[in-house]
Amino acid sequence: MKMNMMEPNTAEAETAGDAPSPKISARDVSVYYGEKKAIDNVSIDVFTRYVTAFIGPSGCGKSTFLRTLNRMNDTISSARVDGEILLDGEDIYRSKMDVVQLRARVGMVFQKPNPFPKSIYENIAYGPRIHGISSTKSELDGIVEQSLQRAGLWNEVKDRLNDSGTALSGGQQQRLCIARAIAVDPEVILMDEPCSALDPIATARIEELIDELRGRYAIVIVTHSMQQAARVSQRTAFFHMGNLVEYGKTSDIFTNPREERTKDYITGRYG
Amino acid sequence: MEHTVKAFEEDITRLRGLIAEMGGLAELSVQEALEAIVNGDEELGQRVITRDKEIDALEMEIDRLAVRTIALRAPMADDLREVIAALKIAGVVERIGDYAKNIAKRVNRIEGRRRFEPLAMIPEMGEVAVEMVHDVLTAYAARDPLLAKEVIARDARVDAFYDSIFRNVVTHMVENPATIGSAAQLLFIARNIERVGDHATNVAEMVHFAATGVYPPDRDASGN
Repeated sequence: MKMNMMEPNTAEAETAGDAPSPKISARDVSVYYGEKKAIDNVSIDVFTRYVTAFIGPSGCGKSTFLRTLNRMNDTISSARVDGEILLDGEDIYRSKMDVVQLRARVGMVFQKPNPFPKSIYENIAYGPRIHGISSTKSELDGIVEQSLQRAGLWNEVKDRLNDSGTALSGGQQQRLCIARAIAVDPEVILMDEPCSALDPIATARIEELIDELRGRYAIVIVTHSMQQAARVSQRTAFFHMGNLVEYGKTSDIFTNPREERTKDYITGRYG
Repeated sequence: MEHTVKAFEEDITRLRGLIAEMGGLAELSVQEALEAIVNGDEELGQRVITRDKEIDALEMEIDRLAVRTIALRAPMADDLREVIAALKIAGVVERIGDYAKNIAKRVNRIEGRRRFEPLAMIPEMGEVAVEMVHDVLTAYAARDPLLAKEVIARDARVDAFYDSIFRNVVTHMVENPATIGSAAQLLFIARNIERVGDHATNVAEMVHFAATGVYPPDRDASGN
Protein backbone atom coordinates (compact mmCIF):
# COMPACT_ATOMS: atom_id res chain seq x y z
CA MET A 1 0.00 0.00 0.00
CA LYS A 2 1.65 3.15 -1.23
CA MET A 3 0.35 6.35 0.21
CA ASN A 4 1.06 9.46 -1.78
CA MET A 5 -1.77 11.43 -0.31
CA MET A 6 0.55 14.21 0.74
CA GLU A 7 1.85 14.76 -2.75
CA PRO A 8 0.93 18.08 -4.29
CA ASN A 9 -2.53 18.28 -5.76
CA THR A 10 -1.60 21.20 -7.93
CA ALA A 11 0.00 20.40 -11.25
CA GLU A 12 3.64 20.78 -10.41
CA ALA A 13 6.08 21.90 -13.04
CA GLU A 14 8.60 19.52 -11.60
CA THR A 15 9.85 17.86 -14.72
CA ALA A 16 12.72 20.25 -15.18
CA GLY A 17 13.40 20.31 -11.45
CA ASP A 18 15.15 23.37 -10.20
CA ALA A 19 17.83 23.00 -12.82
CA PRO A 20 16.99 26.17 -14.82
CA SER A 21 18.67 29.30 -13.58
CA PRO A 22 16.53 31.54 -11.39
CA LYS A 23 14.65 34.43 -12.95
CA ILE A 24 15.21 36.54 -9.89
CA SER A 25 17.91 35.81 -7.39
CA ALA A 26 17.98 37.83 -4.18
CA ARG A 27 21.23 37.65 -2.22
CA ASP A 28 21.60 38.85 1.39
CA VAL A 29 18.93 41.47 0.97
CA SER A 30 18.19 43.76 3.89
CA VAL A 31 15.73 46.63 3.72
CA TYR A 32 15.68 49.55 6.11
CA TYR A 33 13.06 52.20 6.69
CA GLY A 34 15.25 54.84 8.28
CA GLU A 35 16.81 53.10 11.28
CA LYS A 36 14.31 50.26 11.31
CA LYS A 37 15.34 47.03 9.63
CA ALA A 38 12.26 45.66 7.84
CA ILE A 39 13.99 42.80 6.02
CA ASP A 40 16.94 40.98 7.49
CA ASN A 41 19.38 39.30 5.14
CA VAL A 42 17.00 37.44 2.86
CA SER A 43 18.24 35.22 0.03
CA ILE A 44 15.78 33.55 -2.30
CA ASP A 45 15.53 32.37 -5.90
CA VAL A 46 12.38 32.78 -7.96
CA PHE A 47 11.81 30.73 -11.10
CA THR A 48 9.86 31.10 -14.32
CA ARG A 49 6.83 28.80 -14.60
CA TYR A 50 6.47 28.80 -10.83
CA VAL A 51 4.07 30.70 -8.69
CA THR A 52 5.95 31.66 -5.56
CA ALA A 53 3.81 32.67 -2.60
CA PHE A 54 5.03 34.88 0.22
CA ILE A 55 3.10 34.28 3.43
CA GLY A 56 3.44 35.57 6.95
CA PRO A 57 1.71 37.76 9.51
CA SER A 58 1.16 41.48 8.96
CA GLY A 59 4.37 43.40 9.34
CA CYS A 60 6.56 40.39 8.59
CA GLY A 61 8.11 42.16 5.63
CA LYS A 62 6.65 40.09 2.81
CA SER A 63 5.16 43.08 0.95
CA THR A 64 8.29 45.14 1.57
CA PHE A 65 10.38 42.38 0.11
CA LEU A 66 8.04 41.96 -2.87
CA ARG A 67 8.36 45.65 -3.62
CA THR A 68 12.13 45.49 -3.66
CA LEU A 69 11.90 43.10 -6.60
CA ASN A 70 10.92 45.90 -8.97
CA ARG A 71 12.24 48.83 -6.93
CA MET A 72 8.83 50.06 -5.83
CA ASN A 73 10.49 51.01 -2.54
CA ASP A 74 12.44 53.70 -4.43
CA THR A 75 9.39 55.90 -4.02
CA ILE A 76 9.81 55.80 -0.24
CA SER A 77 12.62 58.23 0.54
CA SER A 78 13.62 56.65 3.86
CA ALA A 79 13.87 53.14 2.39
CA ARG A 80 17.30 51.66 1.76
CA VAL A 81 18.12 48.27 0.23
CA ASP A 82 21.32 46.32 0.91
CA GLY A 83 22.45 43.18 -0.89
CA GLU A 84 21.78 42.29 -4.48
CA ILE A 85 18.71 41.44 -6.48
CA LEU A 86 19.61 39.84 -9.76
CA LEU A 87 17.18 39.72 -12.66
CA ASP A 88 18.65 37.20 -15.12
CA GLY A 89 21.96 37.74 -13.36
CA GLU A 90 21.88 41.52 -13.56
CA ASP A 91 21.73 43.59 -10.38
CA ILE A 92 18.61 45.74 -10.62
CA TYR A 93 19.86 48.23 -8.02
CA ARG A 94 23.42 48.76 -9.08
CA SER A 95 23.52 48.33 -12.82
CA LYS A 96 22.54 51.10 -15.17
CA MET A 97 19.13 49.51 -15.44
CA ASP A 98 16.36 51.96 -16.24
CA VAL A 99 13.66 51.73 -13.57
CA VAL A 100 10.83 52.24 -16.04
CA GLN A 101 12.24 49.46 -18.17
CA LEU A 102 12.65 47.29 -15.07
CA ARG A 103 9.00 47.72 -14.13
CA ALA A 104 7.95 46.68 -17.60
CA ARG A 105 9.96 43.49 -17.17
CA VAL A 106 8.78 43.01 -13.59
CA GLY A 107 5.12 44.04 -13.57
CA MET A 108 2.97 44.53 -10.53
CA VAL A 109 -0.66 44.01 -9.56
CA PHE A 110 -1.90 45.61 -6.36
CA GLN A 111 -4.33 44.76 -3.63
CA LYS A 112 -7.02 47.13 -4.79
CA PRO A 113 -7.67 47.16 -8.52
CA ASN A 114 -6.35 50.48 -9.77
CA PRO A 115 -7.31 50.93 -13.41
CA PHE A 116 -6.59 54.33 -14.96
CA PRO A 117 -9.74 56.47 -15.20
CA LYS A 118 -9.68 55.91 -18.93
CA SER A 119 -11.24 53.49 -21.36
CA ILE A 120 -10.62 49.77 -21.10
CA TYR A 121 -8.69 50.00 -24.36
CA GLU A 122 -6.49 52.83 -23.13
CA ASN A 123 -5.74 51.02 -19.87
CA ILE A 124 -4.06 48.26 -21.87
CA ALA A 125 -2.64 50.37 -24.69
CA TYR A 126 -0.92 52.89 -22.44
CA GLY A 127 2.03 50.68 -21.45
CA PRO A 128 2.92 49.33 -24.89
CA ARG A 129 2.66 52.85 -26.28
CA ILE A 130 5.01 54.52 -23.79
CA HIS A 131 7.43 51.63 -23.94
CA GLY A 132 7.44 51.90 -27.71
CA ILE A 133 6.45 48.25 -28.05
CA SER A 134 3.98 49.03 -30.82
CA SER A 135 3.77 51.82 -33.33
CA THR A 136 0.74 51.15 -35.44
CA LYS A 137 -2.91 51.11 -34.45
CA SER A 138 -3.43 47.57 -35.70
CA GLU A 139 -0.43 46.34 -33.74
CA LEU A 140 -1.81 48.01 -30.63
CA ASP A 141 -5.27 46.52 -31.28
CA GLY A 142 -3.63 43.11 -31.42
CA ILE A 143 -1.82 43.62 -28.11
CA VAL A 144 -5.00 44.86 -26.42
CA GLU A 145 -6.97 41.87 -27.60
CA GLN A 146 -4.24 39.37 -26.75
CA SER A 147 -3.70 40.82 -23.29
CA LEU A 148 -7.41 40.80 -22.51
CA GLN A 149 -7.64 37.26 -23.84
CA ARG A 150 -4.82 36.09 -21.61
CA ALA A 151 -6.38 37.83 -18.64
CA GLY A 152 -9.65 36.04 -19.38
CA LEU A 153 -11.51 39.31 -19.84
CA TRP A 154 -11.84 39.63 -23.61
CA ASN A 155 -15.25 38.01 -24.01
CA GLU A 156 -16.71 40.19 -21.29
CA VAL A 157 -15.44 43.52 -22.63
CA LYS A 158 -14.80 43.12 -26.35
CA ASP A 159 -17.96 45.06 -27.26
CA ARG A 160 -17.28 47.94 -24.89
CA LEU A 161 -13.59 48.66 -25.13
CA ASN A 162 -14.31 52.37 -25.00
CA ASP A 163 -16.16 52.17 -21.69
CA SER A 164 -14.29 53.38 -18.65
CA GLY A 165 -12.13 50.79 -16.91
CA THR A 166 -13.47 51.96 -13.57
CA ALA A 167 -17.01 50.99 -14.59
CA LEU A 168 -16.11 47.30 -14.47
CA SER A 169 -16.79 45.08 -11.46
CA GLY A 170 -14.01 44.61 -8.88
CA GLY A 171 -12.97 41.24 -10.25
CA GLN A 172 -13.03 42.54 -13.82
CA GLN A 173 -10.99 45.56 -12.80
CA GLN A 174 -8.38 43.30 -11.26
CA ARG A 175 -8.22 41.21 -14.42
CA LEU A 176 -7.92 44.46 -16.36
CA CYS A 177 -4.92 45.37 -14.19
CA ILE A 178 -3.41 41.95 -14.88
CA ALA A 179 -4.05 42.48 -18.60
CA ARG A 180 -2.37 45.87 -18.30
CA ALA A 181 0.65 44.27 -16.63
CA ILE A 182 1.03 41.57 -19.27
CA ALA A 183 0.50 43.98 -22.19
CA VAL A 184 4.13 45.12 -21.95
CA ASP A 185 5.30 41.53 -22.19
CA PRO A 186 6.86 41.20 -18.72
CA GLU A 187 8.99 38.34 -17.45
CA VAL A 188 7.87 38.51 -13.85
CA ILE A 189 4.52 39.50 -12.35
CA LEU A 190 4.39 40.58 -8.73
CA MET A 191 0.99 40.44 -7.05
CA ASP A 192 0.38 42.04 -3.70
CA GLU A 193 -2.78 40.47 -2.25
CA PRO A 194 -4.54 40.56 -5.62
CA CYS A 195 -7.74 38.96 -4.34
CA SER A 196 -8.25 40.48 -0.93
CA ALA A 197 -10.84 42.93 -2.22
CA LEU A 198 -12.67 40.35 -4.33
CA ASP A 199 -15.54 37.95 -3.73
CA PRO A 200 -14.98 34.15 -3.92
CA ILE A 201 -16.05 33.86 -7.55
CA ALA A 202 -13.82 36.70 -8.73
CA THR A 203 -11.06 35.22 -6.56
CA ALA A 204 -11.43 31.80 -8.18
CA ARG A 205 -11.22 33.44 -11.63
CA ILE A 206 -8.01 35.24 -10.69
CA GLU A 207 -6.54 32.07 -9.22
CA GLU A 208 -7.37 30.16 -12.37
CA LEU A 209 -5.80 32.99 -14.37
CA ILE A 210 -2.64 32.88 -12.24
CA ASP A 211 -2.35 29.18 -12.94
CA GLU A 212 -2.66 29.78 -16.69
CA LEU A 213 -0.20 32.67 -16.66
CA ARG A 214 2.49 30.79 -14.81
CA GLY A 215 3.27 28.80 -17.95
CA ARG A 216 4.77 31.99 -19.34
CA TYR A 217 5.98 34.10 -16.44
CA ALA A 218 7.52 33.94 -13.02
CA ILE A 219 4.76 34.96 -10.63
CA VAL A 220 5.28 36.09 -7.07
CA ILE A 221 2.20 36.56 -4.94
CA VAL A 222 1.85 37.98 -1.46
CA THR A 223 -1.25 36.65 0.26
CA HIS A 224 -2.76 36.58 3.70
CA SER A 225 -4.82 33.58 2.75
CA MET A 226 -2.85 30.42 3.38
CA GLN A 227 -5.50 28.49 1.53
CA GLN A 228 -4.84 30.70 -1.47
CA ALA A 229 -1.09 30.18 -1.20
CA ALA A 230 -1.71 26.44 -1.02
CA ARG A 231 -4.03 26.55 -4.01
CA VAL A 232 -2.07 28.70 -6.44
CA SER A 233 1.62 28.33 -5.66
CA GLN A 234 4.29 25.73 -6.25
CA ARG A 235 6.79 27.37 -3.91
CA THR A 236 6.03 29.04 -0.62
CA ALA A 237 8.19 31.37 1.44
CA PHE A 238 7.27 32.06 5.06
CA PHE A 239 8.37 35.42 6.42
CA HIS A 240 8.38 36.33 10.07
CA MET A 241 9.65 39.54 11.64
CA GLY A 242 11.72 40.45 8.61
CA ASN A 243 13.28 37.02 8.28
CA LEU A 244 12.74 34.39 5.65
CA VAL A 245 12.03 31.48 7.98
CA GLU A 246 11.41 28.76 5.44
CA TYR A 247 11.20 28.43 1.68
CA GLY A 248 10.27 25.25 -0.11
CA LYS A 249 7.78 23.28 -2.16
CA THR A 250 4.28 24.42 -1.28
CA SER A 251 3.20 20.82 -0.72
CA ASP A 252 5.99 20.35 1.83
CA ILE A 253 5.38 23.65 3.59
CA PHE A 254 1.71 22.87 4.13
CA THR A 255 2.01 19.19 5.00
CA ASN A 256 5.34 18.92 6.74
CA PRO A 257 7.13 22.22 7.40
CA ARG A 258 10.63 21.93 8.80
CA GLU A 259 10.53 24.97 11.02
CA GLU A 260 8.49 25.20 14.20
CA ARG A 261 7.61 28.84 13.50
CA THR A 262 6.22 27.92 10.08
CA LYS A 263 4.19 25.10 11.56
CA ASP A 264 2.73 27.29 14.30
CA TYR A 265 1.74 29.93 11.76
CA ILE A 266 0.13 27.70 9.16
CA THR A 267 -1.71 25.57 11.70
CA GLY A 268 -3.18 28.64 13.38
CA ARG A 269 -1.11 28.77 16.56
CA TYR A 270 -0.37 32.45 16.89
CA GLY A 271 1.73 33.14 19.94
CA MET B 1 1.40 25.90 21.57
CA GLU B 2 -2.39 25.73 21.39
CA HIS B 3 -4.51 26.80 18.44
CA THR B 4 -5.59 30.42 18.61
CA VAL B 5 -9.09 29.22 17.69
CA LYS B 6 -10.10 27.17 20.75
CA ALA B 7 -12.83 25.20 18.99
CA PHE B 8 -10.22 23.80 16.60
CA GLU B 9 -8.21 22.58 19.58
CA GLU B 10 -11.36 20.94 20.94
CA ASP B 11 -12.09 19.16 17.66
CA ILE B 12 -8.61 17.66 17.53
CA THR B 13 -8.77 16.63 21.18
CA ARG B 14 -12.17 15.02 20.65
CA LEU B 15 -10.91 13.16 17.58
CA ARG B 16 -7.97 11.81 19.54
CA GLY B 17 -10.26 10.82 22.40
CA LEU B 18 -12.53 8.86 20.05
CA ILE B 19 -9.58 7.00 18.55
CA ALA B 20 -8.36 6.11 22.03
CA GLU B 21 -11.82 4.90 23.02
CA MET B 22 -12.30 2.88 19.85
CA GLY B 23 -8.82 1.39 20.10
CA GLY B 24 -9.36 0.46 23.73
CA LEU B 25 -12.55 -1.42 22.82
CA ALA B 26 -10.86 -3.25 19.95
CA GLU B 27 -7.94 -4.25 22.17
CA LEU B 28 -10.34 -5.57 24.81
CA SER B 29 -12.28 -7.47 22.16
CA VAL B 30 -9.22 -9.25 20.80
CA GLN B 31 -8.14 -10.15 24.30
CA GLU B 32 -11.57 -11.44 25.35
CA ALA B 33 -12.14 -13.30 22.08
CA LEU B 34 -8.97 -15.28 22.69
CA GLU B 35 -9.95 -15.92 26.30
CA ALA B 36 -13.33 -17.13 25.13
CA ILE B 37 -11.74 -19.48 22.59
CA VAL B 38 -9.26 -20.96 25.02
CA ASN B 39 -11.84 -21.42 27.79
CA GLY B 40 -14.80 -22.22 25.61
CA ASP B 41 -16.64 -19.27 27.17
CA GLU B 42 -19.60 -18.64 24.89
CA GLU B 43 -21.00 -15.84 27.00
CA LEU B 44 -17.76 -13.90 26.76
CA GLY B 45 -17.66 -14.63 23.02
CA GLN B 46 -21.14 -13.16 22.70
CA ARG B 47 -20.07 -9.99 24.50
CA VAL B 48 -17.27 -9.56 21.99
CA ILE B 49 -19.69 -9.99 19.11
CA THR B 50 -22.08 -7.42 20.57
CA ARG B 51 -19.29 -4.94 21.24
CA ASP B 52 -18.39 -4.83 17.55
CA LYS B 53 -21.44 -2.62 16.93
CA GLU B 54 -20.05 -0.06 19.37
CA ILE B 55 -16.72 -0.12 17.56
CA ASP B 56 -18.45 0.38 14.20
CA ALA B 57 -20.46 3.28 15.59
CA LEU B 58 -17.29 4.93 16.85
CA GLU B 59 -15.70 4.58 13.44
CA MET B 60 -18.61 6.42 11.87
CA GLU B 61 -18.41 9.13 14.48
CA ILE B 62 -14.69 9.57 13.80
CA ASP B 63 -15.34 9.73 10.05
CA ARG B 64 -17.95 12.41 10.52
CA LEU B 65 -15.80 14.47 12.86
CA ALA B 66 -12.72 14.16 10.63
CA VAL B 67 -14.65 15.23 7.53
CA ARG B 68 -16.20 18.12 9.44
CA THR B 69 -12.82 19.21 10.75
CA ILE B 70 -11.31 19.17 7.27
CA ALA B 71 -14.26 21.11 5.86
CA LEU B 72 -14.57 23.71 8.58
CA ARG B 73 -11.03 24.13 9.87
CA ALA B 74 -8.91 23.42 6.79
CA PRO B 75 -6.15 21.87 8.93
CA MET B 76 -2.56 22.20 7.79
CA ALA B 77 0.75 20.45 8.42
CA ASP B 78 0.73 18.18 11.48
CA ASP B 79 -2.94 18.97 12.12
CA LEU B 80 -3.79 17.77 8.64
CA ARG B 81 -1.70 14.64 9.06
CA GLU B 82 -3.34 14.04 12.42
CA VAL B 83 -6.86 14.21 10.97
CA ILE B 84 -5.99 12.05 7.96
CA ALA B 85 -4.28 9.52 10.22
CA ALA B 86 -7.32 9.45 12.53
CA LEU B 87 -9.54 8.73 9.54
CA LYS B 88 -7.34 5.86 8.41
CA ILE B 89 -6.60 4.50 11.88
CA ALA B 90 -10.35 4.33 12.58
CA GLY B 91 -10.77 2.17 9.47
CA VAL B 92 -7.98 -0.17 10.51
CA VAL B 93 -9.15 -0.43 14.12
CA GLU B 94 -12.61 -1.30 12.84
CA ARG B 95 -11.00 -4.22 11.00
CA ILE B 96 -9.24 -5.31 14.18
CA GLY B 97 -12.66 -5.34 15.85
CA ASP B 98 -13.96 -7.52 13.00
CA TYR B 99 -11.17 -10.04 13.52
CA ALA B 100 -11.98 -10.21 17.21
CA LYS B 101 -15.63 -10.82 16.33
CA ASN B 102 -14.63 -13.46 13.81
CA ILE B 103 -12.55 -15.25 16.44
CA ALA B 104 -15.38 -15.00 18.98
CA LYS B 105 -17.82 -16.59 16.51
CA ARG B 106 -15.72 -19.76 16.52
CA VAL B 107 -15.97 -20.43 20.27
CA ASN B 108 -18.49 -23.25 19.96
CA ARG B 109 -16.88 -24.74 16.88
CA ILE B 110 -13.87 -26.14 18.70
CA GLU B 111 -14.45 -29.52 20.25
CA GLY B 112 -12.47 -31.52 22.79
CA ARG B 113 -10.51 -28.54 24.04
CA ARG B 114 -8.46 -30.39 26.66
CA ARG B 115 -7.01 -32.92 24.26
CA PHE B 116 -6.49 -30.38 21.50
CA GLU B 117 -2.80 -29.51 21.84
CA PRO B 118 -2.36 -26.84 19.12
CA LEU B 119 -4.75 -24.63 21.09
CA ALA B 120 -2.02 -24.16 23.67
CA MET B 121 -0.04 -21.91 21.32
CA ILE B 122 -2.90 -19.47 20.76
CA PRO B 123 -2.69 -17.49 24.03
CA GLU B 124 0.98 -16.71 23.58
CA MET B 125 0.55 -15.60 19.98
CA GLY B 126 -2.51 -13.62 20.98
CA GLU B 127 -0.62 -11.91 23.74
CA VAL B 128 1.97 -10.55 21.34
CA ALA B 129 -0.75 -9.25 18.99
CA VAL B 130 -2.80 -7.69 21.82
CA GLU B 131 0.33 -6.01 23.14
CA MET B 132 1.01 -4.60 19.70
CA VAL B 133 -2.49 -3.10 19.62
CA HIS B 134 -2.06 -1.77 23.15
CA ASP B 135 1.34 -0.23 22.47
CA VAL B 136 0.37 1.28 19.16
CA LEU B 137 -2.48 3.09 20.91
CA THR B 138 -0.03 4.32 23.53
CA ALA B 139 2.25 5.49 20.70
CA TYR B 140 -0.71 7.27 19.13
CA ALA B 141 -1.67 9.00 22.37
CA ALA B 142 1.94 10.07 22.99
CA ARG B 143 2.67 10.83 19.30
CA ASP B 144 5.70 8.61 19.79
CA PRO B 145 7.28 7.49 16.50
CA LEU B 146 9.92 5.38 18.26
CA LEU B 147 7.37 3.22 20.03
CA ALA B 148 5.49 2.97 16.72
CA LYS B 149 8.62 1.60 15.07
CA GLU B 150 9.06 -0.86 17.90
CA VAL B 151 5.52 -2.15 17.33
CA ILE B 152 6.25 -2.60 13.65
CA ALA B 153 9.33 -4.67 14.47
CA ARG B 154 7.24 -7.00 16.63
CA ASP B 155 5.03 -8.06 13.72
CA ALA B 156 7.69 -10.55 12.65
CA ARG B 157 7.12 -12.46 15.90
CA VAL B 158 3.41 -12.77 15.21
CA ASP B 159 4.18 -13.99 11.70
CA ALA B 160 6.61 -16.55 13.08
CA PHE B 161 3.94 -17.77 15.50
CA TYR B 162 1.53 -18.15 12.64
CA ASP B 163 3.96 -20.25 10.63
CA SER B 164 4.66 -22.41 13.62
CA ILE B 165 0.97 -22.92 14.45
CA PHE B 166 0.23 -23.66 10.81
CA ARG B 167 2.82 -26.47 10.71
CA ASN B 168 1.64 -27.79 14.05
CA VAL B 169 -2.01 -27.84 13.09
CA VAL B 170 -1.33 -29.53 9.77
CA THR B 171 0.68 -32.23 11.56
CA HIS B 172 -2.14 -32.57 14.06
CA MET B 173 -4.66 -32.93 11.24
CA VAL B 174 -2.67 -35.72 9.67
CA GLU B 175 -2.37 -37.57 12.96
CA ASN B 176 -5.88 -36.88 14.25
CA PRO B 177 -8.31 -36.84 11.35
CA ALA B 178 -11.21 -36.84 13.80
CA THR B 179 -10.43 -33.28 14.94
CA ILE B 180 -9.86 -31.82 11.49
CA GLY B 181 -12.90 -29.57 11.84
CA SER B 182 -11.62 -27.98 15.06
CA ALA B 183 -8.12 -27.80 13.64
CA ALA B 184 -9.36 -25.90 10.60
CA GLN B 185 -11.16 -23.47 12.92
CA LEU B 186 -7.92 -22.97 14.75
CA LEU B 187 -6.12 -22.13 11.53
CA PHE B 188 -8.65 -19.40 10.85
CA ILE B 189 -8.19 -18.08 14.36
CA ALA B 190 -4.41 -18.02 14.01
CA ARG B 191 -4.82 -16.27 10.69
CA ASN B 192 -7.08 -13.67 12.31
CA ILE B 193 -4.51 -13.00 15.03
CA GLU B 194 -1.84 -12.66 12.37
CA ARG B 195 -4.02 -10.07 10.62
CA VAL B 196 -4.50 -8.18 13.89
CA GLY B 197 -0.69 -7.92 14.06
CA ASP B 198 -0.57 -6.64 10.47
CA HIS B 199 -3.21 -4.04 11.21
CA ALA B 200 -1.47 -2.91 14.39
CA THR B 201 1.56 -2.46 12.13
CA ASN B 202 -0.51 -0.34 9.73
CA VAL B 203 -1.68 1.83 12.58
CA ALA B 204 1.92 2.17 13.76
CA GLU B 205 2.93 3.43 10.31
CA MET B 206 0.19 6.05 10.41
CA VAL B 207 1.19 7.10 13.91
CA HIS B 208 4.74 7.53 12.64
CA PHE B 209 3.47 9.48 9.65
CA ALA B 210 1.24 11.74 11.72
CA ALA B 211 4.05 12.48 14.14
CA THR B 212 6.89 12.99 11.67
CA GLY B 213 5.43 13.54 8.20
CA VAL B 214 7.21 10.49 6.79
CA TYR B 215 6.56 6.77 6.88
CA PRO B 216 8.99 4.56 8.76
CA PRO B 217 11.83 3.70 6.38
CA ASP B 218 11.28 -0.07 6.33
CA ARG B 219 7.55 -0.04 5.80
CA ASP B 220 7.80 -1.85 2.48
CA ALA B 221 9.95 -4.55 4.08
CA SER B 222 7.42 -5.24 6.82
CA GLY B 223 5.86 -7.82 4.55
CA ASN B 224 2.17 -7.08 4.86
